[in-house]
Amino acid sequence: MELRCKNLLSIGDLVPTEITHILDTAASMKEVSERDIKKVPTLRGKTVINLFFEPSTRTRTSFEIAGKRLSADVVNISASSSSVVKGETLRDTGENLQAMHPDLIVVRHSCAGAPKMLADVLPSAIINAGDGAHEHPTQALLDAFTMRERKGSLAGLKVAIIGDITHSRVARSNIFLLNMMGAQVCVSGPQTMVPRFIESLGVTFIPSIIDAVRDVDVIMMLRIQLERQSQSLFPTIREYSRFFGLNRTVLSHARPDVLVMHPGPVNRGIEMSADVMDGPKSIILEQVTNGVAVRMALMYLLIGK
Amino acid sequence: MTEQKIIMDTSDIDRTLNRIAFELWEHNRGSETFAFIGIRRRGVSIANRLSRKLQEFTGVRIPVGALDITLYRDDLSEIASHPVLKKTEIPFPIKGTKIYLCDDVLYTGRTIRAALDGINDLGRPEAIRLVVLIDRGHRELPIQPDYTGRNITTTKGERVEVLLQEDDGIDQAFITGGA
Repeated sequence: MELRCKNLLSIGDLVPTEITHILDTAASMKEVSERDIKKVPTLRGKTVINLFFEPSTRTRTSFEIAGKRLSADVVNISASSSSVVKGETLRDTGENLQAMHPDLIVVRHSCAGAPKMLADVLPSAIINAGDGAHEHPTQALLDAFTMRERKGSLAGLKVAIIGDITHSRVARSNIFLLNMMGAQVCVSGPQTMVPRFIESLGVTFIPSIIDAVRDVDVIMMLRIQLERQSQSLFPTIREYSRFFGLNRTVLSHARPDVLVMHPGPVNRGIEMSADVMDGPKSIILEQVTNGVAVRMALMYLLIGK
Repeated sequence: MTEQKIIMDTSDIDRTLNRIAFELWEHNRGSETFAFIGIRRRGVSIANRLSRKLQEFTGVRIPVGALDITLYRDDLSEIASHPVLKKTEIPFPIKGTKIYLCDDVLYTGRTIRAALDGINDLGRPEAIRLVVLIDRGHRELPIQPDYTGRNITTTKGERVEVLLQEDDGIDQAFITGGA
């Protein structure tokens, strides 16, 4: 089976059968990371460039390890150490990188649409690794993989996404993907951080976190993105934490088999208390492990030929 | 529809695997430190059958692993569609074990080359022996089977297919096409 798209810019590029295919492929890829010799020769001779204009630990490392486990040559570029600081435009940076014949460019940028802009002008494959508050499709895929692995199926799953919905590309990609796969999504958070008309995306808005977590299979907490907030959207961090943080008390209203997820990085003690984060319901580190398998699957499917 | 020439039926396949199982046991008398690895898909079914037969004859259970060679193929850039990746599952240590690598049809030898690379990445076996149900010739690499069910003469244009109960609901080997 083939993906129809050359790039992965948003979840909307995919159809449900393709999502299932990516997740099935990732399930097989996971075994490679459990070997003593964690490397297969599949992408030998292919070049992957990680072009990151925003800080990242998890995503960049995850793409780098995924590429290396498939034997691709991986080059990392971060904006702070590149010619971007000398004033080069995004398009020029892209075209100069393209002149060195990469097969895949993984782009993270603070502007929504930056990966799309590069994809329109460059012949190499592009993966969006997060663009502004728009989308982060590989995160949604690894979240879906983790949920499917734990719960068996995505169809019929109830998921609560809680926190800064407005600024969250993770929330958007997850909402699109989960809706497409037949899961039910509700969102919760301060009204100042939940877009008006959020229901038009096919989700329900539940103002109280306790009501939101009550009957769901998965609680996905989001990070407070102070770097994207231009105005103060809540009075104090302490108040936010008190009303919308996930702690033992809130969790006691949830089902006993609920799973707690977070795309990272976690503001420990703000959106999630330390005991919940380190507790038995938290599968945050599984998400990170699965991220490598999902990105290996995507690289194999996009540039494996 | 192109003509199908059936070359093996249920009883042929069963007799052949019986013979291979006995040969294998004879060559390994006194030693149980060997294991089967089947190449997905049908090689796994052949490996399972050999293991089952040995258990019936001798009471000894020989472990079976499944190897997916997709990630080791040398023709990914040439084939039209991505092969669907399946899991490699080897439930025993490769290191120091004598491996009987099983596949249904041996043709160019490139699948076996990929499988040898795959096994080596998992550990250093004591030895690898090759078991195939059908050898149809036309090798492109210096690879030969140690145990062959049946040698058949084919032209390059022909297709040789093996269907097995576990994967296809029927036991049969046949040739189609050709000039």
